[in-house]
Amino acid sequence: MFANAYELIVFTLNYIGIYEPVNNTFKTLGIEYVLRIIIVLVEIAILFVFALLTIMFLTWMERKVVAMVQARYGPMVTGPRGLLQPVMDGVKLIGKEDIIPAKADRWVFTLAPFLVFIPALLIFIPLPFGESLIISDLSVGLLYLIAISAVSPIAILLAGWASNNKYSLMGAMRAVAQDISYTIPLAISAIAIVLFTGSLSTVEIVTAQNGTWFGFIPKWFIFLQPLGFVLFLIASIAEMGRIPFDFQESEQELVAGFFTEYSGMKFAMFFLAEYAHLFSVSAIVVTLFLGGWSFPYISLLPAALVPLVSLGVFLVKTYAVIFFAMWLRDTVPRVRIDQLLSLGWKIMIPLALLNLLVTGFLLTVGVFQ
Amino acid sequence: MKTDELLINMGPVHPSTHGVLRFKLTMDGEIIRKCEIVMGYLHRGTEKLGEMKTYMQFVPYTDRLDYISAFPNNYAYTKAVEELAGIEVPLRAEYIRVITLELNRIVNHLVMLGSLLLDLGASTMIMYGFRERENALQLFEMLCGARMTFNYIRPGGVREDMPEGFIPKLNEFINDMEKRIDDYEQLISGNEIFMGRMKGIGVMSTQDAINYGMTGPSLRGHGVNYDIRKLEPYSVYPDLDFKVCVRNEGDSFARYMVRIDEMRESLHILRQAVDQMPQAKPVSLAKYGIAPMTGASTAVSTYFPRIFTPPPGEVYSRIEAPKGELGFYIVSDGTIKPYRIKIRSPSFCNLTAIPKMVEGLMIPDLIAAFGTIDVVLGDVDR
Repeated sequence: MFANAYELIVFTLNYIGIYEPVNNTFKTLGIEYVLRIIIVLVEIAILFVFALLTIMFLTWMERKVVAMVQARYGPMVTGPRGLLQPVMDGVKLIGKEDIIPAKADRWVFTLAPFLVFIPALLIFIPLPFGESLIISDLSVGLLYLIAISAVSPIAILLAGWASNNKYSLMGAMRAVAQDISYTIPLAISAIAIVLFTGSLSTVEIVTAQNGTWFGFIPKWFIFLQPLGFVLFLIASIAEMGRIPFDFQESEQELVAGFFTEYSGMKFAMFFLAEYAHLFSVSAIVVTLFLGGWSFPYISLLPAALVPLVSLGVFLVKTYAVIFFAMWLRDTVPRVRIDQLLSLGWKIMIPLALLNLLVTGFLLTVGVFQ
Repeated sequence: MKTDELLINMGPVHPSTHGVLRFKLTMDGEIIRKCEIVMGYLHRGTEKLGEMKTYMQFVPYTDRLDYISAFPNNYAYTKAVEELAGIEVPLRAEYIRVITLELNRIVNHLVMLGSLLLDLGASTMIMYGFRERENALQLFEMLCGARMTFNYIRPGGVREDMPEGFIPKLNEFINDMEKRIDDYEQLISGNEIFMGRMKGIGVMSTQDAINYGMTGPSLRGHGVNYDIRKLEPYSVYPDLDFKVCVRNEGDSFARYMVRIDEMRESLHILRQAVDQMPQAKPVSLAKYGIAPMTGASTAVSTYFPRIFTPPPGEVYSRIEAPKGELGFYIVSDGTIKPYRIKIRSPSFCNLTAIPKMVEGLMIPDLIAAFGTIDVVLGDVDR
């Protein structure tokens, strides 16, 4: 219907009769690009607020899920059911002293948290939240996602190195080793999807999963690529750096790993980036394998409802993956770094290659046509 | 490839050193080349304090040695004093003591399991462990009012009889625990990641384990059938049927499994103790020839005076504490205070084996192996 959120906003403004007069005014002034800039800024502002609210909600949800699994209450005092807890956490973190170790590299130490946080937000740009609900449908969307998510280890390395702390340095080194080992199977499993769609655009990947087989099985890639899904999911959890793969921080071994020396808002940036990552990586899993915002028979809905319903479907699926990651965190211990690396190099990469090979072969001989 | 070695101080304040312990690690990347243990950050001079107190006054100090399992510490000291002074304890009191000792063994192992899994990065078990521990603590609270430094067992018996409602609550706990242990096994023992972290890690030969003076479950995981409850039976253990839990692999997984087995065995002992415990409440004072205190409401303790003088002599008395052999060596010079007290604590001896276990392994392995040794620093630094 609409290519992206920009067009949706223009349509809405048109619908309520604002767009034309404003556009004409800017046109007569010869600055019609200003309106475009304003709409894009509004989009970015909405996305930013959405991202921050999501992160806040996830910090609350994580504690509630952990509480449910571990037979405790979780936050329950501030606000109804403790919903204001993330706000209080924010207030507390802002009030904390900002400490920089005497022998730290001040500039790098200060820059690193931003370098972690900004890419975590940039990932949101090509995510298809619903039909027409995308900031920018990049033709290389998938490549962009993988490339941007590969930036955070560099920032982690900077943070670990600049802290001038041995534990931090070890955490940073682990982050790099882990990221290199797991980006490869992650990318290879994603390529198998590209073979089906012939496009790197996230919107086209979702559109390709519209419809059903036999009238009831959704045409999601998880059914065509079960092995690819498992590999992608494992690699995603490793990329998120969550238990059982939380080596970069691994409290019990490296105190807090790369962010041992960080306090206050700088620490909060790492913390927020982790949750932004949790959401975005889960969203990518949903986009690639679980049909994104699509759902069988969604096209039967009235056209005006589709963006809203598709957004709901997308969020439900994403939160299901997030719940799985949280559940996993509460159930299993952390693997050892050498076990992680051998799993990545000796099992996941060969399996991902095999998956790609078989997919390519089957596509060539026409099984999936 | 030649690499530089890195010296890392793990502790004395570190999330996984279970208190204030310091490992000086010489690292080659993530491989531990040398591990040196530095202790003494919690040293309180307890043994010296014991020589400045009367025999009875020293009892509360023993609660604070291994603060996870205060009853066995209480009992080990009490047993030594009783042997030194030749005091006989009523049978019911002995049964009550065994009940507290075995309950405390379960509590100790629950804390150990919880902190081991927490050390490995899985936080759920510590919550489950502390949930069940809470039920046991309520029982302890009924007995002595305390929830951590239980001070209940003392020379001559126990402080007072079990309160009403204790036994039904204890039975409830036993029934509940049996199911809970199955849950733990389901959550932990069969977990692939857990096995990958524990099997073949922190391996030590049986001979080495013996040479380092390891005792308790940590030693029994190395295939040594060594349990003081069987070797030198004390209290009413000879009247109870139980088996010594032994595993042969000598790795972290074996040491973990011994604890799981022991919890089941302790429940078995508790059931028997509840059934066999005499209902009558005899008081045994004859040997010391001291009249009961007036106005005493219960009849389980032996109405022992607060100040007494054992005959000159010495004694080394030991028990099978949850962590291993806990012994008290006491020298009496015939005065109201001990001339010398020396404590043989299990945590200290077991801990010394760590460097042998972990050299050549990685930091995560050190944490796994250390967790299975079950060390409490109050028990190391006395």
